[in-house]
Amino acid sequence: MNYTPNYNSSNHKIRYTNEYNPATYPLDELLITGTEINYLFICPTKLWYFAKGITMEQESEWVDLGRFLHEQRYANEEKEVQVGRIKIDFIRRGDVIEIHEVKLGRSMEKAHEMQALYYLYYLKRLGIKAKAVLHYPKLNETKEVTLDGRENEIKAAIEDVERIKSLPVPPKPVKSKKCLKCAYYELCWI
Amino acid sequence: MRKRSITLLSDGTLFRRENTLYFENERGRKPLAVEGIYDIYVYGHVSITSQALHFLAQKGIAVHFFNHYGYYDGSFYPRESLNSGDLVIRQAEHYLDRERRLELAKLFVRGSALNMERNLRRWKVADGFSELLEELFEELEDACKITEVMNVEARIRGEYYARWDGHLPDRFKIVKRTRRPPENEMNALISFLNSRLYATIVSELYNTQLVPTVSYLHEPGERRFSLALDLSEIFKPAIVDRLATRLATKRMLSKGHFREELNGVLLTKEGMKKVLSEYEKELAKSVKHPALGRNVTKKRLIRLEAYKLIKHLVGIRGYEPLVAWF
Ligand code: SF4
Repeated sequence: MNYTPNYNSSNHKIRYTNEYNPATYPLDELLITGTEINYLFICPTKLWYFAKGITMEQESEWVDLGRFLHEQRYANEEKEVQVGRIKIDFIRRGDVIEIHEVKLGRSMEKAHEMQALYYLYYLKRLGIKAKAVLHYPKLNETKEVTLDGRENEIKAAIEDVERIKSLPVPPKPVKSKKCLKCAYYELCWI
Repeated sequence: MRKRSITLLSDGTLFRRENTLYFENERGRKPLAVEGIYDIYVYGHVSITSQALHFLAQKGIAVHFFNHYGYYDGSFYPRESLNSGDLVIRQAEHYLDRERRLELAKLFVRGSALNMERNLRRWKVADGFSELLEELFEELEDACKITEVMNVEARIRGEYYARWDGHLPDRFKIVKRTRRPPENEMNALISFLNSRLYATIVSELYNTQLVPTVSYLHEPGERRFSLALDLSEIFKPAIVDRLATRLATKRMLSKGHFREELNGVLLTKEGMKKVLSEYEKELAKSVKHPALGRNVTKKRLIRLEAYKLIKHLVGIRGYEPLVAWF
């Protein structure tokens, strides 16, 4: 039995048959979440804490703002579509499936892009061809991301995430401008 | 929006209508914006509907209950939303490993003692305390059982109380630290504040991945949230004792703030109100944190202490208890 997605066009929802088969599932590298890929490009220390379940985001006003913006602006879209380990903000159907991610600002652009790339890679492994669109509603901008030619980039990122997650203690924090807005600031620097 | 703590001193009902929480009593109905609530402290006779509790659980708001005397009764501790299997295992590991448990237990006692020392210096009644501490710390180092650690702790505390009294006005002498029911004003005040501090720490732990029931100095199960007892060793002298002393020496409390009942002394409703408002003010005060280079409230220091503990447990950096530098 293969781990096959089943795209049902009638209600815009991705479904997949969920029989557990140890030979094909889980595909090891697909156990990583989009957030983990995203954090890899923001800060490895943050990635480590997050991966260990030591999370802070519930308190971040920044995250609240993102959620708020999202709810205002994309209220009519199909939201938070879960496919295996990844959670996509919303999906649109065209010639290919479009996955859409809503982001606040561009300062973390690389992280957003790699996250989207990871989703595309993930979907491809499940047999789904897709492209991604990043939305920056505050800037009124969008950006398209496609997987073509970038598979190695994302594979390397997946390996990095695995390596960092397997460390017994988090990578030493490095102080930067990012820290000032980071929800982990106190945990890191106390 | 900074979330805040809510204290309900008067009697009434807490209920939910639509997406709003209301507190209602004979004086009227007051909406409480749930998004802005950090936790709730209930001193009055308050009925809470199950819908209100569901709502609070959903929002991750802990509710702490205090009895008629103002002492901690228990908490409504919503299902924990923050979990880290990894950290739970490390917490248990540090409890099960005798050496590691002892190390942490000793650190709590040490931190507590150093904060007491700061207080006595501040009040100019340190009188030989530091020399004594040196000896007692040696004994502490040699202790190889938790009971021995506890024993040293009790002796340090005894020496501390004996000196503290020297700074207090006659009416507020502690003489002998007693509890339940306290025999005099100062004892009543300290017990009341300790109760509230304990609940404050429970709330802070709720907002971390630490399991509040696994502790090191205190035996897990001594109280449900025994880790809050461990942490309160640090904060009782740094926050409660100082505040209680200030209330006593600055004559902020009068005879009318206390009442006698069941051969003990207790705070009156007015007294509680006064003390709690000073407590809130105290916790809201900012101090510059030397390590963080930022201002943090005294309340936040409790959370930071929890973070330091997490780092100890994970193996990032050994725990160094807070010694009030402020
Ligand atoms: S505070 Fe700085 S070092 Fe720590 S997790 Fe955040 S960005 Fe990384």
